Amino acid sequence: MLEIHNLHKSYPIGESSLHVLKGIDLKVDQGEMVAIMGSSGSGKSTLLNIIGMLDEADSGEYILDGLPIKNLTEKKAAVYRNKFLGFIFQSFNLINYKNALENVALPLYYQGMKRKERNELAMFHLEKVGLANWAHHLPKELSGGQNQRVAIARALAANPKLLLADEPTGALDSKTSHEIMEFIQQLNDEGKTILMVTHEEDIANMCKRIVRLRDGVIVEDKFVEQVRLKQQYV
Amino acid sequence: MFDLDLWREIVQSINKNRTRSLLSGFTVAFAILLFTILFGIANGLQNTFKEAFGTDANNSIVIFSGRTSKANKGLQAGRKIQFKNEDRQFILDEYGDKVQFITSKVNKSASASYKGEKGNYELRGVHPEYMFIENNVIDKGRYINQQDIDNKTKVVVIGKVVEDDLFFKENAIGKYINLSGIPYKIVGVFTDDEGDSEESVIYMPISTTQFLYGNNDFVDLIHLTYNPELNNDQALSFGTDLTKSLKERFSVAQSDQRAIRLFNMAEGTKQVEIMTMSLTFIILIIGFGTLIAGIVGVSNIMIFIVKERTKEIGIRKALGASPKSIVSIILLESILITAIAGYVGLLVGVGVLELVGPSLKEYFIKDPGVSNSLVIGATITLIVAGAIAGYLPAKKASQIKPIVALRND
Repeated sequence: MLEIHNLHKSYPIGESSLHVLKGIDLKVDQGEMVAIMGSSGSGKSTLLNIIGMLDEADSGEYILDGLPIKNLTEKKAAVYRNKFLGFIFQSFNLINYKNALENVALPLYYQGMKRKERNELAMFHLEKVGLANWAHHLPKELSGGQNQRVAIARALAANPKLLLADEPTGALDSKTSHEIMEFIQQLNDEGKTILMVTHEEDIANMCKRIVRLRDGVIVEDKFVEQVRLKQQYV
Repeated sequence: MFDLDLWREIVQSINKNRTRSLLSGFTVAFAILLFTILFGIANGLQNTFKEAFGTDANNSIVIFSGRTSKANKGLQAGRKIQFKNEDRQFILDEYGDKVQFITSKVNKSASASYKGEKGNYELRGVHPEYMFIENNVIDKGRYINQQDIDNKTKVVVIGKVVEDDLFFKENAIGKYINLSGIPYKIVGVFTDDEGDSEESVIYMPISTTQFLYGNNDFVDLIHLTYNPELNNDQALSFGTDLTKSLKERFSVAQSDQRAIRLFNMAEGTKQVEIMTMSLTFIILIIGFGTLIAGIVGVSNIMIFIVKERTKEIGIRKALGASPKSIVSIILLESILITAIAGYVGLLVGVGVLELVGPSLKEYFIKDPGVSNSLVIGATITLIVAGAIAGYLPAKKASQIKPIVALRND
């Protein structure tokens, strides 16, 4: 599904540069649910951004679904992001003047799907996250948990191969966090590959595999006993 | 290609940010408003200029004679040059294709009387063509005709003022007016919209005037209109050629400025043309400057908008928006705002001109207004202006890195 070899990344800071990723090797298979952990500054977000094609590595190899990701033009990166990846952010990143349905339909719009079709599909995904009745509400009219579920529906809308979540529960209270995690587990059960950055131990334990980063290198990579949450949604 | 979804996105974005869009539109609307009003006023001034030259045919050439100021071909300086009937024919023979109407003219003054009412008026002996040169309008009866010239008939055509002075409410046609002791039959009454002085004139067949005032074939001046198909430069060179050949005909030195003088309206027309052209030029510069200020205003606000929407643009990019789609969304928004606001300015401007136009007449501004071609030109300019205003911000937006935009604040 995803293969990374000897990945390096550094950011210029004035005259010198900060070496953030110092040779990462990672292999993720179809259907895995991986938590990337580490303290702040360990490079976990940078790694996720590179995987998400939001940032480019200085050197090393990155192969996504058999496709080498290298020297992408902006246009090509946009197409790949749209086709392969679904993003879930800590701060939801919904467009505030669009209602839930329009937000979910946005990736489909960029795929060039017809309005009627994409609205139907967006509605289907909203139903899946249990927010069909809130389809015409603006983000500010929804709670944090609801917003994150809209964001998940949006990430799923384009039927991506890989779901990337950057601290998906970071802005939520623990009850809502568990609801969201439960939903993500359910998506994983359905076969979606999920990669998640978190610094919360209990959230990480709800995944199947934990990769620990420290100072730009992987210090631990282990499969764990997944903490299951009780099924609440269908 | 018309992309309904793209426009829906843009309209939604404008709609959600009404104040912002209104503000950016305002500068453009104001610029176009100013431009329209200025342009309308300039048009009004031009109309006034055109009118100031009166309804006299503005392709007139008048030729006077005087005394020579230089000796030439053995002839003394101070010799009097006298035009005669044959000179009109000479001009027709030489320049027939360049002449529209031509008349010789004898100027006298006459004390006229009818049944005890008296008045002093200008008397002009003319050919029938003079009516078209002076743009007289026959109120009653007829003008002088060729038969009158041939038969030296004692008929006159009088101006409206003369009729009012001498005949009160009576109809002057068919009556006999006494000019310096000789009765003339009135065959016509004319009006002239240049005013009273031009209507206090009595016209007589030139042959009659020559016969009764001196019994000679002397002519005071020759008045003609050049072929209206001549352009300004051609008309000017026609005037020069005409002067030259008349000087030769009368053995006058070419450098003699006094013996034969020619006034060509084409010179005035040229000056008016230059004046209106420079006026238009000034107004175009002012209008253009205002428009540029408007563009800079929109551009500024669009840059601000892009900054404000950085996060949104980042999200769109993360979801698969191509740089092209980001550029078009910002560019089209800018064009839409500029075009709509500009049109509002144009409409308001035209409305203001319509409203206050009539009351500006006393300030030498007549019928101010803008032409259709200007409106079409302005529309194109606005779209181009919107594109220019939106280009930099759109470029900036397309270069936004989603990773920077999405960084948690």
